[in-house]
Amino acid sequence: MTAFEHRQSAHCESGVMASLLTHAGLPMSEPMAFGLASGLAFAYLPIVKLGGMPLIAYRMPPRHLIKTLSKRLGVRLTSRTFSNPEQGRVALDAALDSGRLAGLQSSVFWLPYFPPEMRFHFNAHNLLAYGREGDEYLLSDPVFEEPVRCASADLQKARFAKGALAAKGLMYYLDDVSPDQDWERLIRQSVLSTSRILDGMPLPWIGIRGIQHLAKCVESLDPAQVKYNRLYLTHIVRMQEEIGTGGAGFRFMYASFLQEAGEKIGDTSLQEASSRLTAVGDDWRQFASACVRASRSKGEAPDFRPIAEMLRGIAGQERVLMKELGAWAKRKG
Amino acid sequence: MKLDEVPQDHSSTYGGHSKLVYAVDASGHYQGTQSDGWEPEAYSTLLAVAELEAQEAEAREAWQRGELSPLKCLMYRYRMDEAALSQITGLWQWRVRRHFRPDIYRRLSTSLLARYAEAFGLTVDELRRYQRELP
Repeated sequence: MTAFEHRQSAHCESGVMASLLTHAGLPMSEPMAFGLASGLAFAYLPIVKLGGMPLIAYRMPPRHLIKTLSKRLGVRLTSRTFSNPEQGRVALDAALDSGRLAGLQSSVFWLPYFPPEMRFHFNAHNLLAYGREGDEYLLSDPVFEEPVRCASADLQKARFAKGALAAKGLMYYLDDVSPDQDWERLIRQSVLSTSRILDGMPLPWIGIRGIQHLAKCVESLDPAQVKYNRLYLTHIVRMQEEIGTGGAGFRFMYASFLQEAGEKIGDTSLQEASSRLTAVGDDWRQFASACVRASRSKGEAPDFRPIAEMLRGIAGQERVLMKELGAWAKRKG
Repeated sequence: MKLDEVPQDHSSTYGGHSKLVYAVDASGHYQGTQSDGWEPEAYSTLLAVAELEAQEAEAREAWQRGELSPLKCLMYRYRMDEAALSQITGLWQWRVRRHFRPDIYRRLSTSLLARYAEAFGLTVDELRRYQRELP
C-alpha cells in the first residue's frame, strides 16, 4: 500500500472519487471523475426549500457521482449506513486499521475546521479518512489545501447529523479497481447521458428548461419587494459559486473534462466543445455579477429583464452545445 | 475564465483558505488553480449570514421580553429555520412553533429538551436553565 497523497479539489464528491480511484491504481483527475459520472446538470426545485428559498442545483444529486462512476468503471463499491452511531465509529476504525481509505458523508456545520461563515446545515459533504492518531482522525477534505485533523467526537456528530439528506454515517470504499478501461466507450456514454439530462427531460424544472424557468422567475420578481429580491438573487449566486463548484456552477469543471477527454481519445470536436462551454461558464459568472449588482443597487428599482435575458442566452448556448454533443456521442458510439 | 482572471479578492468568508477553481492558460489549456475569494460570492454569503443574525437578534429580544421561548433565537443562531429544525428534531413544524411559546416551553419534558439539545449541540441542563430564567 502506497502512502496516501492529498489533492485539493473543487468539488467534494468528485474529489473524493478521484482520490479513491487514483490511490487504488487508476489515475483520475477530478474533472474526469466528474465528467465520466455525468455530474453536470441544472435543476430548479421550488418544492424543496433551503431557508425559504427554492433549491437550485447545478449538478446531479448527492451520491450520484459515487454510484454512477463505480458502475461505469466496473468497480466494486461497498457502502454502508448505520442506524447506530457507535457501530459506525467501530466500522470506520476497523476499515482504517486494515489500511483502507474510507469515503465519508458528513454535515458541514459540525466540522470544526471549516471557517464559521462557511458552516451551513448541508449534510451531503464528502471527505476521506485515511488514518487515525489517538483521539483524532486524519482526514483529507477535498476542498481544503492540506489534510486536516478532526477530533473523533466532532466527526461522529458530523457523520450522524440529522435533517435533510442525512448521511446516517455513510461510509464507502472501492475494490477491484482495474486500470484498463475502454475510454472511448466511457466518454461517449457519459457525454450522451449528460446531453440527455440537460436537454431532453420532459420536466420544466430540469436541465435547460430549468434555466429558462429560472429566467422567468427572475423576470417576474416584484421590484417593490426589495429585501426578498436581494435575498433571492444572492441565493442564486450562492448556489452557483459556494463550496465546490469550481466556479460558474461546475461549467468550467465540465469544460476541463471535455478537453481532457478529447485529448485522451484524440477527438478535436470535444476540445472545440470545451472552449465553447468555457465561454458559457464566463457568461454564468457575468450573470452572478449582475445579480449581485442588482441586489446592491439602492434608489431606483432595478430592472430584472436584462438579467433574465442573460439566463436565456446561456440556456440557448447550452442547448445548442448539448444537441451537438449528443449527436457526437451517438455518431460513432 | 483565464488564469489571470481568477479572482483573488481575499474574501473573509474563506477564513484564510483558498479554494480550487479550473481556468484556462494562454494556450486554452485547463488547469486547477487557487482562488482566495470572489467579491460577489462573499457579498452573497455575508448577506445570508447577516439575515440570520438579524433574525436571531430579533428573536433574542422577544425572548428577553418574555414573549418567546429561547428556541427561536437558538434556531437562528445555529443557522436553521423552522423546516430544518423540525426535520432535525423529528418533530412536526406545528409542534416546534408551539414550543416557541414561553409557557409551553417551561413545561417541556426532558426527552423533548434532549432532542433540541442534540440539534443545537447544547446540554439539556442549559436548555433546562432557560426554562427558569431569561437571558
